[in-house]
Amino acid sequence: MSDANQQMVEQYRNDFLREVEENVEEGEWVKMCMQCGVCSGSCPLGPHWDHPPQELFMMIRAGKRDEVLQSTSMWMCTSCYNCIVRCPRELPITHIMHGLAHYAKRLGIAPKNQPTHKFSQLFWNNLSKTGRVNELKLGLALYFMNGLGEGVKTALKMKDVGLGMLLTKRLSPMELIGGHKCKDAKGLQAILKKAEELEAARIPVAGK
Amino acid sequence: MSKKSYSFYPGCSSQKAASASNYMVSVNSMCETLDIELNEIPDWNCCSASIGYAGGGELPRLALSARNMAISEQANPGQDIVATCAACWLATKETQERLHQDDRLMAETNEALAAAGLKVKADQKVRHMVEVLIEDFGYDELGKHVKKPLDGIKIAGYVGCQTNRPFGIDGESYENPKYLDKLVETMGAEPVENYDKKVSCCGGALAFSEPEKSQALIKDIIESAYDGGADMIVTPCPVCQMNVEVYQNHINQKYKTNFKMPVVYYSTLMSVAYGRSGKEAGLDGQVIKAKQLEAIASK
Repeated sequence: MSDANQQMVEQYRNDFLREVEENVEEGEWVKMCMQCGVCSGSCPLGPHWDHPPQELFMMIRAGKRDEVLQSTSMWMCTSCYNCIVRCPRELPITHIMHGLAHYAKRLGIAPKNQPTHKFSQLFWNNLSKTGRVNELKLGLALYFMNGLGEGVKTALKMKDVGLGMLLTKRLSPMELIGGHKCKDAKGLQAILKKAEELEAARIPVAGK
Repeated sequence: MSKKSYSFYPGCSSQKAASASNYMVSVNSMCETLDIELNEIPDWNCCSASIGYAGGGELPRLALSARNMAISEQANPGQDIVATCAACWLATKETQERLHQDDRLMAETNEALAAAGLKVKADQKVRHMVEVLIEDFGYDELGKHVKKPLDGIKIAGYVGCQTNRPFGIDGESYENPKYLDKLVETMGAEPVENYDKKVSCCGGALAFSEPEKSQALIKDIIESAYDGGADMIVTPCPVCQMNVEVYQNHINQKYKTNFKMPVVYYSTLMSVAYGRSGKEAGLDGQVIKAKQLEAIASK
């Protein structure tokens, strides 16, 4: 178990709901859930979630800390916002799912091999480097995120998609060298660094 | 009508040789016809598109969109921010909402922006291009510019998620928004009635990380369009467009289907109906060619 995680376990001993309320984006809404299950029934990838949102909310109240934070479920949120607009209590469920995923990542206990967990981090790394997403580098990083062997296989499987994009000029090999970026990438990085510092001062665990 | 000017946030996918560069081409043609001036936000940055949350906490993600709004306030004062990408629109609008709901977040965001000498008020309207078309022009006005009605083409209006939820287009329902169908009709084509998968999710960014699960969703979206007798699908979202168009071969292999359904943007339809060339409508950007539109464009 990571030090950061251990620190939080001790700080919030037996009160996981309070931990979520204080540290997870929009976490103060969790207690409002009335367990109707509309979110779970509205989720496009719901059948693949071990614990749909309604269940996660009850588990938070029941103090099932490890089961919630180590779950792969919230990493399968497609950000479709179906749950948000249908929730009779108007909980910002999509944001709470992103918040739980980020908090688990921050504590270093998010499921390491969950593909969207990896992709989400790759996306963030990609955009924060230059200020804009480099689609080619992001795609290649994604294909090779599970090592060279699997990467070559995925790249071969995807070559017709890549070729289609290349032929229609919706992908350029030039993106590998240079590529699109913000002129003031340094300024953007300074903003992000300051934002991260301010957030870390509020949530007493450094980001991973 | 006189020229209308907006502060424009194009987003990463709209850049040259990026996945929605064809969208940008058709938007430019459409705007030229409608006398819309798009003033690009100088040096804009990525919004993190509801997927950067592993590495990006709440405040850093809000700061991304806040930087764009701050620069917009400086460079294009008094102009509404307009985005063509669903995710760009959503992230910016969400940031605006969150900053005005929470004084601490507003203060901290400005503290972060100060690191690059910026500050934000976030009080300018944030709008999707479709809202501009419907609210600032209206269907009648949009119809007046039609030179080549898209006669005889049946089109499934795939609205998808993020232009529809949680904000949506004013006056439309989340479960059955009608604006895309009305736009299709205005351009002289026939909308598919009761398109079953109109607001279903294509998997979004998870089409990359969870391809099998997402392709199952995409299959249903295309199948339902065929069931409704559609010749093509139209969408307002770059992620929807790409996801529904480019994986059809993979889906055909896996599900033994025979899909070859063109997927276009509303701006593609409008550019063709407005008499622009195939190139100006971005038709050369179709991985699955929209042959009926090509025929009309070359007439």
